[in-house]
Amino acid sequence: MEMPAPDPKILERKPHLLARLRTVLPEDALIHDISETRAYECDALTAYRCPPMVAVLPASTQEVSDVLRICHEEGVPVVPRGSGTSLAGGALPTEDSVILGVARMNDVLETDYDNRIIRVQTGRTNLSVSGAVEERDFFYAPDPSSQLACAIAGNIAMNSGGAHCLKYGVTTNNLLGVTMVMMDGTVVEIGGAHLDAGGLDLLGVICGSEGQLGVVTEATLRILRKPEGARPVLIGFDDNAVAGECVSDIIKSGILPVAIEFMDRLCIEACENFAHAGYPKCEALLIVEVEGSEAEIDSQLGKIIEIAKRHNPVELRESGSAEESAKIWLGRKSAFGAMGQLNDYMCLDGTIPVSELSMVLRRIGELSKEYGLPVGNVFHAGDGNMHPLILFDANKPGDLEKCEAFGADILRLCVDAGGCLTGEHGVGIEKRDLMLHQYNPQDLEAQMAVKDVFDPQWLLNPAKVFPLGSSAPRRSA
Amino acid sequence: MTPESETELAQIVAGLNGPVCIIGGGTRGAAGSAPALDMSRLTGIHLYEPGALTLVAAAGTSLAEVDAALDAEGQRLAFEPMDHRVLLGTRGAPTIGGVVAANISGPRRVQAGACRDFLLGVRFVDGNGTVIKNGGRVMKNVTGYDLVKLMAGSWGTLGVLSEVSLKVLPKPEAIQTLAIAVPDAARAVGLMSDALGSPFEVSGAAYDPERGQVFARIEGFADSVSYRADRLSELLARWGDITRPEAPDLWSDIRDVRGFADRAGDVWRISCRPSDAPGLAQKAGADALLFDWGGGLIWALMSEGSDLRARLGGFDGHATLVRSNQATRAQLGMFHPQPAPLAAIQQALRTRFDPQGRFNPGLMG
Repeated sequence: MEMPAPDPKILERKPHLLARLRTVLPEDALIHDISETRAYECDALTAYRCPPMVAVLPASTQEVSDVLRICHEEGVPVVPRGSGTSLAGGALPTEDSVILGVARMNDVLETDYDNRIIRVQTGRTNLSVSGAVEERDFFYAPDPSSQLACAIAGNIAMNSGGAHCLKYGVTTNNLLGVTMVMMDGTVVEIGGAHLDAGGLDLLGVICGSEGQLGVVTEATLRILRKPEGARPVLIGFDDNAVAGECVSDIIKSGILPVAIEFMDRLCIEACENFAHAGYPKCEALLIVEVEGSEAEIDSQLGKIIEIAKRHNPVELRESGSAEESAKIWLGRKSAFGAMGQLNDYMCLDGTIPVSELSMVLRRIGELSKEYGLPVGNVFHAGDGNMHPLILFDANKPGDLEKCEAFGADILRLCVDAGGCLTGEHGVGIEKRDLMLHQYNPQDLEAQMAVKDVFDPQWLLNPAKVFPLGSSAPRRSA
Repeated sequence: MTPESETELAQIVAGLNGPVCIIGGGTRGAAGSAPALDMSRLTGIHLYEPGALTLVAAAGTSLAEVDAALDAEGQRLAFEPMDHRVLLGTRGAPTIGGVVAANISGPRRVQAGACRDFLLGVRFVDGNGTVIKNGGRVMKNVTGYDLVKLMAGSWGTLGVLSEVSLKVLPKPEAIQTLAIAVPDAARAVGLMSDALGSPFEVSGAAYDPERGQVFARIEGFADSVSYRADRLSELLARWGDITRPEAPDLWSDIRDVRGFADRAGDVWRISCRPSDAPGLAQKAGADALLFDWGGGLIWALMSEGSDLRARLGGFDGHATLVRSNQATRAQLGMFHPQPAPLAAIQQALRTRFDPQGRFNPGLMG
C-alpha cells in the first residue's frame, strides 16, 4: 500500500512541536518515544503499520482544540483515532503525523429519557453507551460487531452499522448533534437534541467522512426503548439462489425483521466445527430475528415460516426459548473466530442489491477457483451488505497479494452488480484505490470540494478515502 | 427552461448567464423571482424493486406517480411527506425531487426517520453544469463522503437534482390511533414522552391544543396493533380519558397542518427539544399551535409580521417561516440564521458547488 513520503521538514521540527504541545497538554498525554508510539502504528487492518511521530491523548474539547490549532499552525498532519478497531486502515498513521486519540474522553454528559437522547464524549465505547441507559431499558441501536471496543468517535467517522440496522438504521440515522473541532482549532456545535439540524445537513456529511473534516469530541445520540423480546428462526436451503428469493419474499410480505443473516456452506461448516451450534449441512442458512411481545413474535415467525416453506427448506428451526435463541446465534457470532481457525482471512464489506445475490455468489465461487483461495460468505442479507471472508496464509510469500487482488475483484463485482465498495467498514486506505471504479473523477472532485471547505490544507487524516493520484494536487498545495 | 433529460439539464445549466429558480411542482413556497428552471418534465421511475425496498426515479417525477407505483405493491414512502398545497394554497403537482430537496418529513419522522434517512443516492448537476452522482441504490453504503445527506434539504442551493434513489417500506396492515384528553402542553409533552419511550413502536405523537387532545398512532399487523394499542392504553391511562377515534384523515390533516389552512396569519415551524416545547410555545404568543413529533416540532400560527425568532430567543433548535407575505419573508428570512462558523461553512460549500451563484439566490442565507 503506497503512502505519501514523510515530509523531512516536519520530522526535523519534532522537538519544536513537542515543546509547543507541552504548553497545552500534561506530560502523560504526550507520547513521543518510539517504544511507545509503536502502540499506535496500526488499527485492526494489521497488514499495514507505521508508527506516528507523536501521539496525544487530550482529555477535553479544549485540549483537542489547542492541539489542532498548534498542528495547523505548524502544518503537521493529524490522524484522529477512536479505539483503533477500523478494518479499513482508517486510523493508520503516517510517519510525520500526530495521532490524536480520544480514548480519555469517555464521559456521559447528559442522559435524557424524556427526550430519548444521550450526550457522550466520543471516546466512549459503543456498548457502554447502551450500558449507560440499560437501567431504564433503553439502548443505542447501531451495533457494529466490534461494539465492545469501538468508540463512538470511530462509529461517527465511518458511519458504522451492525446486524440490526435493517430495522434501526446506521449511525447517521441515530446521530442528532455533535461538538466538532475543526483543523484550525475552531469549535463548532451542529444539531442538538432536536430532530433536524438547521441549515444544510452538515451532520449528514460529517458522519462517514472518516475523520477528514474535523475531530468530533461530543455527540448527541438517539436512544430507544428496548423491545419486549426477540427470537430468531433458522432456515436451511440447498441452494443459495433460493435463500436469496426467500429473503426477498420475507421483505415484500411486510414483515420488517430486525436482522436477516446469511451464511454459505463453507461458513456453516466452519462454524459448526468450531461452535457445535447444531447447524444443518446445507448450501445456505438464514437466521431471521423478529422483535415484540411473545405473541407478536409467534405471529411474525409464523408468517416467516409460511413463506420459507414455499421455498422447500431443508431445515426450519424456530427458537422457543432464550437458550434456543442463543444456540442459533452462537454459530453466526463465532463466524469470524471459526474462519480464523482455518487460516488467516481478509474480511470484505461490499454491498449489493439483494436481487443480485445468487449471481454475485456464483461469480465469487468462480473467482475463488481461479485464485486458488477459499472464501466463505456471511452477511446481512436484508440490506445486501456482504462480508466475504477470503482465507489465505500470511506466512506464504505472495499469498497476501493474491488475496488482496481477489478481494479487489470481489469489490469491483459488487459495484458492477449495482452495489458499492463498502457498506459499513469505510474506505480508509484499504479501498482507496478502488474508488475510481465506483465514482468518476467528477464525482470524487465534488467530495474533495467538501474536504477543501472544512480542511483547506488537507492535514486531517491524510492519504485516506481518495486515490493518492486524485488527491495529490491538493495534498501538495 | 424545461429539460427533458439529464444531459439537456446539464447543457442548460452550463449555458446559464444569470440566476434561476429551480422548480419541481412549485408547491413548497420557496420560489424566488429569478427565471424558472422547470424540472417537471424530467420524469420517470427508472427502477423499482419491491423485494429490495428500493425505488429510483427522475427528480421531476410527480409524487402522485411514485405513490401510485408503491401503492400497487403495498408499499409507501415511510417518512410521510407533507403536502404544502393545503397550507400555502399553491397548485401544481409535488415532485419527488422537491420532496428530497426540501427534506420534507411528516409525523412518522419520530419513529421511521426523515426523508434524508430514506435517501440512498442522488444524481445532480452542479453550478458548472457537471453531472455528479453520490450514494447508490443499496441500503448500506459508506463509500466516500455522504453528499446524499448534504443534498437532502439543501433546497437546490448546491445543485439541481436529476435523479433520486429511495428506500421504501411496506404499508401496514392496520392503523390504530389513541386520543387522550389533556389540559395543557406540559402534560401533553409528558404524555407523548411516555408513549414514545414505550416499547410499543408509536409511529406518530401529536397534540392539538384546540381539541385538547393528544393523538398517538400505532401501525403494523392487525393482531400486533391491537395488542400494542391495549398495552399503550394501560400505560397512558393515568394521563386522561382515552378514546379510539375512527378518523381516516386525522394524520394527513396533522401532516399538512390543515387546521391553519383557512386562517389568516404567518405560519412558523419550530424544531426543538421536545421538553422545551411548552416553554417555547408560551413565549411564542401564537394565535394557534399544533405540536407534532412528540413536541419536537411546533407549528405556530402568528399574527402577520411577528418576529417569532426574537420572541423565542436562543434555544436548542431553529424556526422556519413557512407562510407569510413577501415583505415579512424579505425582512425575517425563511430560514433560521446559523451561528457564524456554520454560516461560513455553508456559504463556502455553496461557493464550491455553485461558484457563480446560479441556483435559488437568496434562499438559505
